[in-house]
Amino acid sequence: MGGHGPYVWTAYGITLAILIWNVWSALSLLRRNLRRVAGETAAEEPARRPKVSRMEDD
Amino acid sequence: MKLPVWFHRFGSPPWVYGFAGACAPWLLAAGLLAIAVGAYWGLVIAPPDARQGEVYRIIYIHPQTAYVGMMAYTLMAIAAAIGFIWRIKLAHAVAVSAAPIGATFTFGALITGAIWGRPTWGTYWEWGDPRIMSELLLLLMFLGYLALRAAFDDRDKADRVSAILAVVGVVNVPIIHFSVEWWNSLHQTASIMQLDKPAMPASMLVPFLIMVAGFTLLFYGLLLRRLQAGIVDRESGARWLRDLAPGATP
Repeated sequence: MGGHGPYVWTAYGITLAILIWNVWSALSLLRRNLRRVAGETAAEEPARRPKVSRMEDD
Repeated sequence: MKLPVWFHRFGSPPWVYGFAGACAPWLLAAGLLAIAVGAYWGLVIAPPDARQGEVYRIIYIHPQTAYVGMMAYTLMAIAAAIGFIWRIKLAHAVAVSAAPIGATFTFGALITGAIWGRPTWGTYWEWGDPRIMSELLLLLMFLGYLALRAAFDDRDKADRVSAILAVVGVVNVPIIHFSVEWWNSLHQTASIMQLDKPAMPASMLVPFLIMVAGFTLLFYGLLLRRLQAGIVDRESGARWLRDLAPGATP
């Protein structure tokens, strides 16, 4: 890299980190929100969930 | 004016959620692939620059990050304006989705620019430089938009107030673009967006454009995934979402 290696690699490294953060944060935000909505639905509608058999509890 | 029938689908959260979910993986995969190819081409195959030597290779990432930041802001402002004028919540969701992506890419443009500036201009940072200052303002506009939203508990109010800030700030986008022509700047003038011929040989132009395409595809993939997350958040409790959410129904 003709003595410019550190500049080029640092710039590429930072850009790569920004790309990785963006992909990770977008995907995890969607996963988190879906999980939260699923949790809210489960809490709101206990009647719709399959009931656990009493015999199994004992 | 009568809108075509398909246009109304863009006002339907379930349809937009499904459409975004169908497109996003392809956009993300194609974007990352193009970036990998472009980076290899730019770092290994493309010849060194006659004047700058090897350090010019930052040109395959720096203008692209800056361009995504400006595109994200423009899109955010248009979406916010649509949401504000016609009271469309989906449009506000698009605007919110663009902000963090734009902020991080603009930050990347400033950092890669600073790194490039040291060996070519002899300085990392110049407070009086119009290109650097207008780009810094862009970053502050993104951060201001996100901070302003965070200050409201009521989302409708956050949507409306932050939309005004987004729209006002859009004047900065052409200022960034023309700053190198209007004022004295250390920054070079445009090499690609010229009316005559681009000031770059094909051996450098091809990887440059592959990177532009890759960053654009990736941006829209990220935007759609964030939009999906925003729709889920805003539609919390809606019937279609209950049926969709994994594990929500037996």
